[in-house]
Amino acid sequence: MRSIQYEAPATVDEAVARLAEAGDKARPLAGGTDLIVQMRSRLISPEVIVDVKNIPELLQVSEEGGGFRVGAAVPGAVLGENEAVVAMWPGVVEAFELIGSTQIQGRASLGGNLCNGSPAADSTPAMIAAGVTCEIAGPNGRREAPVEDLVTAPGETSLGRGELVVSFFLPPRPARTGDAYLRFIPRTEMDIAVVGVGVCVTLDDGGTCTGARVGLGAVAPRPLLVPAAADALVGTRLDDGAMANLAAAASAACNPIDDKRGTKTYRIKVAGVLARRAAGIASERARSN
Amino acid sequence: MAKRHVTTTVNGEPREFLCEVDQTLLDALRDELGLTGSKEGCGSGDCGACSVMLDGRLVCSCLALAVEAEGREVETIEGMADGDRLHPLQRTFLEEAALQCGICTPGFLVAAKALLDRDPDPSETEIRYWLAGNLCRCTGYDKIVRAVQKAAVEMRAEA
Ligand SMILES: Cc1cc2nc3c(=O)[nH]c(=O)nc-3n(C[C@H](O)[C@H](O)[C@H](O)COP(=O)(O)OP(=O)(O)OC[C@H]3O[C@@H](n4cnc5c(N)ncnc54)[C@H](O)[C@@H]3O)c2cc1C
Ligand code: FES
Ligand code: FES
Repeated sequence: MRSIQYEAPATVDEAVARLAEAGDKARPLAGGTDLIVQMRSRLISPEVIVDVKNIPELLQVSEEGGGFRVGAAVPGAVLGENEAVVAMWPGVVEAFELIGSTQIQGRASLGGNLCNGSPAADSTPAMIAAGVTCEIAGPNGRREAPVEDLVTAPGETSLGRGELVVSFFLPPRPARTGDAYLRFIPRTEMDIAVVGVGVCVTLDDGGTCTGARVGLGAVAPRPLLVPAAADALVGTRLDDGAMANLAAAASAACNPIDDKRGTKTYRIKVAGVLARRAAGIASERARSN
Repeated sequence: MAKRHVTTTVNGEPREFLCEVDQTLLDALRDELGLTGSKEGCGSGDCGACSVMLDGRLVCSCLALAVEAEGREVETIEGMADGDRLHPLQRTFLEEAALQCGICTPGFLVAAKALLDRDPDPSETEIRYWLAGNLCRCTGYDKIVRAVQKAAVEMRAEA
């Protein structure tokens, strides 16, 4: 029988050392809702499984510098119960909570959703919109990287040998800022995004947009930050013309696949529609805080 | 290859078993501990027939490794009745005919109990969303939702 090892170290250093030593043969295990499915369908056959759920740092949620530090392995069910995080970044939490069923929420993590590398991962465009960064530990110490730099192609990340995402930093929310995430799926629960859009906007006292970020999922080989879509909003009062420009820029950034769940033309069109709707929700939230 | 020795708590009792690293918690419960109440409908997290509580969280035991149970607390359908006394949910499922073939029933019961333990008065919509990860090919769900609502009323009256 093929040998497979399981380890559940208590520190980041031990996990990194083990991952670095085993290289491609090793996989971190967070909630297992992607990893175990892939192992069972023999898509992957890791030889070393490094369970990261005994490392306190990966399971913590704490306030930091006016924002929040969220451990990479914190399950959706746990983050959704954190009222302070929900109040500050509702778009990130609503995207995370869209993942799977109640049972999946009991295990699924932001780190797993991102590092699985799916272009359709729900939490990724929302984290991109909110300007979330990840802290990555590796054999050469720690580094920070914006979420949009992690996924490079379907199933591929920019993580080097032995690197592990330790936590995410949800930055302090500027005044009059709101974020939102919307996805389109053929049913109301338990499906993979055909299009996902995260939008974050900041308004000034008079309601003019002074900053924006737009993240797109499921419409390209990797989740995208779309500066042109944000530029369509900045300097405007989010009037119909600006919203139409946003939709056009979001659609223009798409390079989607054509499949039974959504044709290319359809995904491109829906990306624009959802960007506009998400920007509407984000701006309402921005006005109320 | 050497099997792993796991020490855990199942339905409040200390238990030990030997398992392979790639064996799921569901397989260990069924094959090593003889707790065959949890079912395998899909093995991919889609149907909820394998639902158990792991350290107080509702999870699919088909998507957890058995070795992950080390030092943790597992609750299964076998722990739901109090001896011969059925849990109110088990009783209302029978009274409302919320099962036909029954393969989905243990998962629905474990999931519904997790809901009522945190929210004694959920709306119908909340019940349906909470149970969206539990599939039933027989009942059409309405009777299941009614059974959960009826149990909720009875449990609130008792509390
Ligand atoms: C029934 C079902 C429904 C689902 N629905 C959705 C959905 O609606 N939307 C969606 O986006 N996804 C969905 N998923 C996919 C999955 O649940 C999510 O991607 C989830 O967030 C993965 O997190 P996890 O903790 O379970 O990751 P794991 O399975 O533990 O890990 C996933 C991958 O990331 C790597 N990894 C994990 N943690 C780290 C880390 N800290 N550093 C580096 N690498 C790491 C692992 O090695 C593995 O390759 C669904 C899955 C199932 C089974
Ligand atoms: S058997 Fe686990 S979800 Fe279907
Ligand atoms: S009673 Fe047969 S699947 Fe639910």
